[in-house]
Amino acid sequence: MLTFTLRRLLLAIPTLLFISLVIFLLVDLAPGSPLSEIPLTVPPEVRQKMIEAMGADQPVLVRYLLWLRQFFWVEPATLIDGWFGTSLAGGEQRILSWQTRSPVFTMIGQRIPQTLTVVGTAYLLGVLIALPIGIYSAYRQYSWFDQAGTLFAMIGFSVPTFFTGTLLIIIFAVWLPWFPTKYDTNLTVTDWQSFVQQVRQMALPVLTLALANAAAISRYMRSSMLDNMGQDYVRTARAKGMSERTVVLKHVLRNSLIPVVTVIALGIPAIFGGAIITENLFGVNGIGAALILAIHASDLPTVQTLAFIFAVLIVLFNLIADILYGLLDPRIRYD
Amino acid sequence: MTDAAPAPRPRSQGRAIWDQFRTHKGALFGLIVLCLLVLFVVIGPLVWQPEKLRVAEALKVRNLGPSWRFPLGTDQLGRDMLYRMMQAGKVSLAVGFIAMMIAIFVGTTIGVLAGYFRPLDGPLMRLTDMFLALPLVPLLLVLVMLFRDRIAGSLGPETGAFVLIVFAIGITSWMQAARIVRGEVLALREREYVLAARSIGAAPRRIIFRHILPNVISPVMVAATLGVAEAIITESVLSFLGLGFPPDFPTWGRLLYDGLQYMQLYPERVLWPGLAISLTVLAVNYIGDGLRDALDPRIRGR
Repeated sequence: MLTFTLRRLLLAIPTLLFISLVIFLLVDLAPGSPLSEIPLTVPPEVRQKMIEAMGADQPVLVRYLLWLRQFFWVEPATLIDGWFGTSLAGGEQRILSWQTRSPVFTMIGQRIPQTLTVVGTAYLLGVLIALPIGIYSAYRQYSWFDQAGTLFAMIGFSVPTFFTGTLLIIIFAVWLPWFPTKYDTNLTVTDWQSFVQQVRQMALPVLTLALANAAAISRYMRSSMLDNMGQDYVRTARAKGMSERTVVLKHVLRNSLIPVVTVIALGIPAIFGGAIITENLFGVNGIGAALILAIHASDLPTVQTLAFIFAVLIVLFNLIADILYGLLDPRIRYD
Repeated sequence: MTDAAPAPRPRSQGRAIWDQFRTHKGALFGLIVLCLLVLFVVIGPLVWQPEKLRVAEALKVRNLGPSWRFPLGTDQLGRDMLYRMMQAGKVSLAVGFIAMMIAIFVGTTIGVLAGYFRPLDGPLMRLTDMFLALPLVPLLLVLVMLFRDRIAGSLGPETGAFVLIVFAIGITSWMQAARIVRGEVLALREREYVLAARSIGAAPRRIIFRHILPNVISPVMVAATLGVAEAIITESVLSFLGLGFPPDFPTWGRLLYDGLQYMQLYPERVLWPGLAISLTVLAVNYIGDGLRDALDPRIRGR
């Protein structure tokens, strides 16, 4: 197991390097770079200074390596400095946003709690909805509940989140004024009243994301349960005279959860991608909204960094899913 | 539509597939809905010709509700919503189908090369894995943002946007098809008939086109159907974030994006395009489901 984990960790490095190169080159070599957007009224020597100040006059390879160094060394070092008061980074240049001239990671640090609150709650809620639906659908296969679950999953797959989101806004915020349409980022929870307000403004974005996730996960849960229901050990458990409850919820469920847990882990990066839409629709001030803002402002360092963070999340959770699978299921030890 | 799909073979097989397909209620519903939608966007504009309004007249009929004159009302510039829905649908469906074809073409090529030629397998599959790890939505947004103006400059804003988006979606969604095809080809190349073909000296190209490709058509078709749904959703996400098609050359996603500002007053302007997208994707997904059952000889029970 350890060698497997190490091997996978080593394999992740070239993958990440490849992705970082793709992202960097794509953004860097594209024709619509912000250098072409400096107004023509700016005198040439000032233009030259601006380009130098942005560091855009260096060769591509130099800028790529510099960016990698900033991402993998300077930024973590600064973070550790901030925590323990050391001086590892030694005041080196951090990745600066072209919009605000402040470090990109400071901005990400400010925004990530917003994303995590909404996305995290949504994913948790989605899983909590999906598991019982999946379990009961499998237990009563082809019953009306199962049919309804199938329909629910099909609709959940097919209706894009931006439309469920708008529908929810129209119904629950415009027609029935139960929830606010926009998410207020400045709200801090101090007492019961502000807590209720926070819950109310989170309700719609969380529900939107949770429904989309619940659809997929409930299907995996169902098919995994069905796979296990017909196994010999289930018959043995029943023959021993165990209660139906113990058989289903202890024996079958435990074994069925193994693949579902990995699916849940694999879905986490995707939900950050999906959150881009929800954040924009509801005005949640998270990293997805930051990405769109940076794209519209041609803020290349922010775009590169955010896109690469999404990639790191994907690689990381693929790794976690693989390792979890090996840990949970002794039959699938890779070595 | 469906019974002609699996290659020119004796009619009986198409018949069997169609019979199995028909037993899947959802798939039949999907096929009917999709046909209706295609009729709506293809025949619709021929039948429904909105009156040509001058600007002054158009300004008077802004933001109208449904009426006989404008069955779905008009938008903030006095344009007939029904006509715009048809136009937008044509572009949305075209994007879905063409992007899917690009993805399937690239995916099948890479899958066959990786499955048939051993030395290529490792590098090509590693490449596929790396593509799978790319954050697609952010990347597509960046692609569109960076290349939109340049391509619009050389191809015109409408064709430019279309080519860019179709191409971008196509080259970022071939990975599933490649994996499926590679798996199938790996199994097929060990079969006796392929060995026989090789032993009489058939060139790899002939073996691939004559013996292997016809046998991977079923899974590829299922992947293609689901790919259409995926591409339509991806395009509408781009449009929804304001990085898709220009407003005078709309897709359903773009109409929805435009309608968002007026959502509180005229919710139907968001509802119609959203419903159209959802119905299309739902129909296509059901068709894919039915096809999977119909094309699998074990389920077909012959």
